[in-house]
Order: sequence, then structure tokens, then C-alpha cells
Amino acid sequence: MNYLGKDVQLKVVGTRPIRPDGVEKVNGRAAFGADVAVSGMIHAKVVRSPHAHARIKSIDTSKAEAVKGVSAVITGADLPDIPSEEAFVGEGPANFREMSHNVIARGKVLYDGHAVAAVAATSAAIAEEAARLVEVEYEVLPHVISVEEAMADGAPVLHDDMFTQGVDPKPTKASNVAKRVEFKLGDSNAAFSKADVIVERQYKTQPVHQAYIEPHACVVSYNPDGQAQIWCSSQGQFMVRAFCAKLLGMDIASIRVMPLEIGGGFGGKTLVYLEPLALALSKKSGRPVKMVMSREEVFRGSGPTSGGTINVKIGATKNGRIVAAECETILQAGAFPGSPVGPACMTAFACYDLTDVTAFGYDVVSNRPKVAAYRAPGAPISTFAVESAVDELAQNLGMDPGELRLINAAKDETKAAYGPTLKNIGFVETLEAAVASQHYTSDLGEAPKGKRRGRGIASGFWFNIGGESSGATYVNEDGTVTVVSGNPDIGGSRASMGMMAAEVLGIEVERVRTIVGDTASVGYSFLTGGSRVTFATGMAVTQSAEEVRDDLCRRAALIWEIDADAVEWRDGHAHPAGENAGKFDPLSLSDIAAKSGRTGGPIAAKSSINAQGAGPGYATHICDVEVDEETGHVAVLRYTAVQDVGKAIHPAYVEGQMQGGAVQGIGWALNEEYIYNKDGRLDNPGFLDYRVPVASDLPMIETVLIEVPNPRHPFGAKGVGEVPIVPPMAAVANAISNATGLRMPNLPMSPPHVRAALDAAKA
Amino acid sequence: MATVNVSNQMCRPYVGDTQELELEVDTVRALINELERRFPGLGPQVEESMAVAIDGVIVQDTYLEPIGPDSEVFLIPKIAGG
Amino acid sequence: MAKIHVTTKINGEDAEFLCEPQQTMLDVLRDELSLTGSKEGCGSGDCGACSIIVDGRLVCSCLMFGAEASGAEITTIEGIANGDTLHPLQQKFLEHAALQCGFCTPGVLVASKALLDANPSPTEEQARYWLAGNLCRCTGYDKIIEAVMDAAAEMRGE
Ligand code: FES
Ligand code: FES
Repeated sequence: MNYLGKDVQLKVVGTRPIRPDGVEKVNGRAAFGADVAVSGMIHAKVVRSPHAHARIKSIDTSKAEAVKGVSAVITGADLPDIPSEEAFVGEGPANFREMSHNVIARGKVLYDGHAVAAVAATSAAIAEEAARLVEVEYEVLPHVISVEEAMADGAPVLHDDMFTQGVDPKPTKASNVAKRVEFKLGDSNAAFSKADVIVERQYKTQPVHQAYIEPHACVVSYNPDGQAQIWCSSQGQFMVRAFCAKLLGMDIASIRVMPLEIGGGFGGKTLVYLEPLALALSKKSGRPVKMVMSREEVFRGSGPTSGGTINVKIGATKNGRIVAAECETILQAGAFPGSPVGPACMTAFACYDLTDVTAFGYDVVSNRPKVAAYRAPGAPISTFAVESAVDELAQNLGMDPGELRLINAAKDETKAAYGPTLKNIGFVETLEAAVASQHYTSDLGEAPKGKRRGRGIASGFWFNIGGESSGATYVNEDGTVTVVSGNPDIGGSRASMGMMAAEVLGIEVERVRTIVGDTASVGYSFLTGGSRVTFATGMAVTQSAEEVRDDLCRRAALIWEIDADAVEWRDGHAHPAGENAGKFDPLSLSDIAAKSGRTGGPIAAKSSINAQGAGPGYATHICDVEVDEETGHVAVLRYTAVQDVGKAIHPAYVEGQMQGGAVQGIGWALNEEYIYNKDGRLDNPGFLDYRVPVASDLPMIETVLIEVPNPRHPFGAKGVGEVPIVPPMAAVANAISNATGLRMPNLPMSPPHVRAALDAAKA
Repeated sequence: MATVNVSNQMCRPYVGDTQELELEVDTVRALINELERRFPGLGPQVEESMAVAIDGVIVQDTYLEPIGPDSEVFLIPKIAGG
Repeated sequence: MAKIHVTTKINGEDAEFLCEPQQTMLDVLRDELSLTGSKEGCGSGDCGACSIIVDGRLVCSCLMFGAEASGAEITTIEGIANGDTLHPLQQKFLEHAALQCGFCTPGVLVASKALLDANPSPTEEQARYWLAGNLCRCTGYDKIIEAVMDAAAEMRGE
């Protein structure tokens, strides 16, 4: 059933209650990954490669093992050798053999920070000291960091069994290009002849880290009976269970994962790094093992997202109609294949209604950490290039960039550049709201001497997904309600789950408490990612609450001795459905709960579904900047994010997603990058040199929520978490261009780069 | 008859240059079976690695999703996310 | 090496512990005293997740030795509330949805308390600069700043 009509009065959905897990998060009691302790627990540290590319000739663990307090040391040889097997995980297809080799190296190390061994000891300090005594003999090999180096003729090859997929004929020589992908509609090549104006340019982006503030952490207890328990913070307790079972060759039922609070993920915690090692160490030592990454390890050893090189060409008629578009995207995958090049290509032109468009790309390995998903994986990279090009097109045409986008905007029935026909999308609405906003129509104001001001606008698209999800609703003896969600809550989803259940049951949200179930207490749920939880798990929870509501009506019917059909549920009470049903005082949820034993036992319902039809998300952002001509520093003066959210269940957390995503995008645009030295070592593995935005860098982030409901969701929700990171880089670049007349095609637009561009323009 | 677009690169090894097909199928399950019958190997490919967009609504992997008699069906790579 | 015996006052209560000379105050709080509300995000003074107040000064506990706590008066996130009553900052953070994952929250709250202790009427800009040492990757800081400003106004009785 759905609750979408104009006449439906929602009482809870759309309000801003305090989240059920809030107090524990403000008083310090919430338990995150590093906060648990288990009886008899010891501590482990990872030994990591100092080389970008090297053959492991030997590993001698004897000195480490001899240290007093060390209970176990493992190397790659302690994990089973598993066959190559493709599976669909966090950001696309992955291979469990490669995942295992990423967790701990076998034969070769492929990046600075690649794990080669791990040591467990009675204290973290002893483990660290012993880790330094693990002697690894390396034969250093030539390495490649950039995609250009990796694709060059005669480049050192990372995997001598990797042949480029997706090209015809099949190559006979191994290379660093894992695959080529292509999406095509019409004939872009021919269509360029219809264009009056063509813009063409190469863009580059740098890899950036998700930079969640909580480093990866877990405690694993492997028991002699072969049963294991894992406490960890991740984006999916079922993901951790499945991957650990695969990598260690265990049964799924032998592993129970307790999801702890997760201190940010953004896609970076959709994989395992420590858990399989801790499991192997726990097995070997017979003790529960705790592992916590340092910040440096997070940067060196866990996934950033790809950097990329993007070539864009767009042609339009004089009146602004885009007639042809092409985009080539080359993405760094890191040490193993699996960059988000597919979605980068598919999303590149998804904002526009085009007939002749080609997007193709390459997935390229190099000696960097294997990339992990990061908010709308791939889309921000190609979109930075395309939305910069669209802005340049508007400049060349002498048109307002918002107007140009409106002329070409994708709408319902548009055939998307990646294939299907779009439905129930709200892109035009975001553009119209942006163009009409006070921000867009306001005056930029006078810049102080030596500074220049400008305004930019850019749009973005993300698919959003659904998928397998489980939820449950339990009525407690006193008429309060417990809701169980199968998904870790990374941004307030317990609040939205409880709100949907409360709405269905007609009770105050304060009477519902939502928890996140462990792998043995709730049905399987795909991980928290793809902006899917409020949509998909929200559907499961809603369905379970509806079953409970129907059961409550049946119980009332039994109490009143009338037909179940003659009972209706309103405002948290069972009522006789009409005059003929009989005259009874309404029964509250508590009244019925009190009689649950006599009317058939506990009142509870579980729902496990495979939710489909997540509506795509569109956003348009507006950014004002002030560029300091002397230092090249770019200050963001004002920022507005406009987004189609379907229906905001808890608007404050929707705004929070938009603000947080926009600010991550601003960091990506202005400062963040991985810096490698000539030896292939990461030079900035810390927050001092990898500079994420801080409070004093930013203005308030204004938000405009557009609600074009998704009819596939009971309350109309669409995913909201990812699309906010798609437009910012171009919005900032376009603002800089508006301020200075300079097109900045390379990220980050940090002071030295902006300064250099300003100087070059002057010369 | 549903119009099924198989132009995506992931279909090419199985369908060659074929772009579009008219198929009498009423569910995703029937679609997969029919594709496998015509192009051996494409069935598992669609089932494991691709998503099906039916009249613009992306369904990743459910057999029972209905396909209407005039539906537009598009095969695209599976999508995940962060 | 012999452990050091330290007596101190934490959240208004006398406390004593033994620590290694090189052990940080953050490790002491988390590992020796089971006060895990202070978080480690970097261990190098760059994220503020470990913020505590020592004798009225805001400090990154990852940069302080446990031994330095001797004779000091320390406030951690666990001591911000007044018994059962949340501090106005805590209440406003909840009302404004100023936390998403909540990992930075203890540090941000402690730092905000230190701000309002020192300056009951900060401007938005002052609040932003004061909190520049506390990284939050989820919220974009917007709602954090709103909550701090609102709490300050409430504490001033406005
Ligand atoms: S952990 Fe102390 S500042 Fe980051
Ligand atoms: S709420 Fe997650 S880091 Fe601040």
C-alpha cells in the first residue's frame, strides 16, 4: 500500500523527531568499532609494504614470534588460496581471489601500504614492536602510479594474467588495462556536423579518500568449535560475514557479525580489510583479537576513489540545443581491477536529453591502493568534466548556464544516454528551483581589492539502488514497539525506519525504538550503500509494520467477537469499521498488546524483500567563490544544494546528507589529493597534509528539497545520500571560471594550482 | 511484444550486432530463459551481472518482476553505490 | 619500565591510574579508565575527536601524556551532562540533527563547551574558527554551527 495521495495526512513522516540513538551519541556511550572489549582479548597490528611494487622473496617471522607476549603471526600463507570468482559487491563486480590478495599480499606487493603480515600480542604496543621485527625480503620492481604511466608501452605490468576485457580482438599480451566499457546512443560522430559550437577539453581528477573520521576496527573471536563472532563497524554486517566466510573458507552459519556504530563510511566500509586477518589470528592464537587501523594505515591501506582523465566533447546549435556529446573516461582502479568506470560513463550525460551520445572508458590498474566505493562511485569524476564543458558551452554561446541546462534537461520519457527511458524524475524541477532561487538571482557583491568573485552552477545524477532488505516490527507487552533494521545506520536511518513504522501504526514516534540487528537476529540485508536503506529497508520495515497493523485489527475483532473485516485501524487504535460493525470503544495498541497472549500470542512481523525501482536522484548546486589573486586561495562564500529527494522522511537528515555530500565535494574540488613521491610512496597519509574541509573553510550550506515522489516506495522516498557529491566540483570550477575567466580542468583547485593558472594567464 | 534492447557491450559477445528484439515474455524470468534459448550464455550473464530496466524502472535481479506486452526493456550493467 | 602512578580528577571525581611513561592520555582514558567516549581519529592532533578539557583548556588527549594528568582537573564527554540532564549543547545537537555518524560528536561537543565557557556569545565566524580543529566528515558543519549558536543563545537566556 502507499501513502502518497494529496488527501493522505502524514503525522510522523516529514517531521524532525530526535533520533532514537541520539543520546548515546552525545554522551559518549555509543560503541564504535574500537570501543568493544572481549574477555581474554589480545591486539594485532599489520605489517605493510614500504614499496610500491615488489616481489616478496621471503618472510621471516621468527624474531617477531620470539618477542615476549606475541601469540601469533600470520602471512599470506595462513589464508586459504581461493579460486578466482566474480561476485557483485560494493561498487560493482569484484573477485574474491583479488579481495583476498588485497587483504594480505601473496607473491608480490602491489602498493605502498599493502599488508604482508600481521602480529597478535598481549598489547598493541608489543604487537607494534614485534611487527617491526618481521623480516621481509623484497625484490623491488619498477612501478606505475598514474594512468598514463600504466598505459604506456612497455609499462611494468602488475598482473601478468590480466588481458583487457571488452576489446575486439581479445588481446594476447597482458597489460594494466583491465577493461574497456562503452555506452552509445545514436551516432555522435556524425551528429557533430549539426553543431554550431563545439567545446572540447581534457580534465583530470585526483584520487580522494572517503576520510571517515573513524578508522577501521574490529574484534574477532574464533572458538575451538569453529564458530566465530565478529564485532566491527562496517556498512554491512552481512557483507562482513559473507566476505570473511569466503576468504577463510568457512560456513556462513559459523560466523555471527555484530554491527557496531559506524563512524562514517561513504562507501569505504563496503569491503573487509582487517576482519579476515583478525579471524586468522584468532584461530591461530586461540584468543579473541582486536585490530584498529591508524590514520596512516587508513590512507595507505584502504580504498580511496579513483583519479581520472576525462576527455569531453560537446556540440550544440546556436540556440543551445546539444546535438552531440562524447566522453572518454580513464580511471585508476588501484592495484586490482574494479574502478567505477562503468557508472562514470553511464552517468556522464544522464542529466540531458540527447539523441547522439557516446561514453566509453577504461579501467586501469596501477601501484596504488585498490579503490573502494565513494558516494555515487564514478559519477563525480565524469560529471566534473561534463558539467565544466556545459558551462564552457554556455559561455561560448553567451547563454545563462542554468538556462542552457533547462533547454537540454532530461525529463520523464527522455531516453537516458545509458539506455532506458526515464520515469518520475525531478531534474527540471531542481533546475527551475535553482534558477529561481534567491541565491541564483542575488547580486554577488563587490569583491575586496585583489580578489574576484564568481558564481557557478552544476548538476548531477545518480541511479540509487534497492535490493535485498529485511526488517521486523515487534509489539512489546506494554504497547511500545521495537523495529529491527538489517542495515547499519550511518546517517540517521534508525530514525527514518522508526518514523515509517510509527506512521503506519498511527502512534507517536517516541514509542518506537529502532535497533540494527546482528546477522543472527534479522534476515539478510544487502549493505548500507547505493542510497538504498531508506528506500529498500524502509519498504521492508513498512511492510512488517503493516502486517502488525493488520494483525492488531484481527486481535481487536477477536476481542469484540466481530469479523476482522469490520475493524479498521486509525490513529493508533482499532475502531469498528462502521455503524454495522457494532458499537465498541476503540482499542489502543497498548490495550491489544496487553491481551496478546489470549488472542494468539506475541504480535510481531518480519519482512524480507528484494526492493526494486529505486528512483534516480538529480541535484543542482549553486556556488559563489572569491578568488585571491595573490595567493590563489579560493573561498566558498555561499552554497546552495537543490535536490529531488522523492519524499523526505526526516528532512533534517536529508538536508544533512545534502550538506555533507556537498562539503565532501568542495574538499575534492579545492584541496584533497593523494600525493606520491618518485618511489611510489604516499607522501600525505594524514589529516595535516591530506586536507579535508574544516568548519572555518565553509559558509552555511543552504538546501532546497524538491519532492517528486517515487511511486515504488510507500512514502515516495528516493535515495538521497549519493547525488549531493556529484555536482560540487564543477559548481566550484564554474564559479572560479566566472570569477577569473579561467577554466580549471584539473583537480584539486588548490592555491598553488590556481595561482599558477592566474600567473600563466597574465603572462 | 516487449521490445528488448540488447545493445549493451556486455551482451555483445552473445548477440553480435543485434540491437533490439521483440520478445513475448511477461516476467524477468521468462526474459532470461528466452534470451538464453536464443543466445546461449546470455541468460546467466544477464542474471549475474546485469540489470533490467523495464519502462525506465531499474530492477536488478528479481525473476517475478512483470514485463508488460508493450514494455521497453533495456539490459544495462548492474549498479551498486557507496 | 616502571609504570607511573597518577592521581587526578576526572569529571568531578577523584581518579587514579597506572600508566606507561609514553602512554597518551587518550589511551589512558580509553584503555585504563574505560572512558571510551573520547575517540581516536588520527592520533596526531589533527582531527579533534579526542578533545578533552584540562584545567579549563581544550586539549587533544592524543597529544598529552597520561602522566601529565597528575593533579589536573579533566572533563571528558562523559562529564558534560549534569547527571540525568543533558547539557544544552547536547540537547541542541540532538534537536538540530547536528550528528550523522556521531563519531566526531564527543570531540565537537567538548570543544564547543570549551568555546562557550570562554566566550558565551561567539559569532558564527568565531565558532567556525574555534571548531576548525574538529573534523566532521558527515555533516558539512552546517547543523553543528546552528546547534552551537542555538545552545549559546539558550544558555544566555535568550
Ligand atoms: S585523535 Fe587526537 S586529534 Fe585526532
Ligand atoms: S557526524 Fe560523522 S564525522 Fe561528524
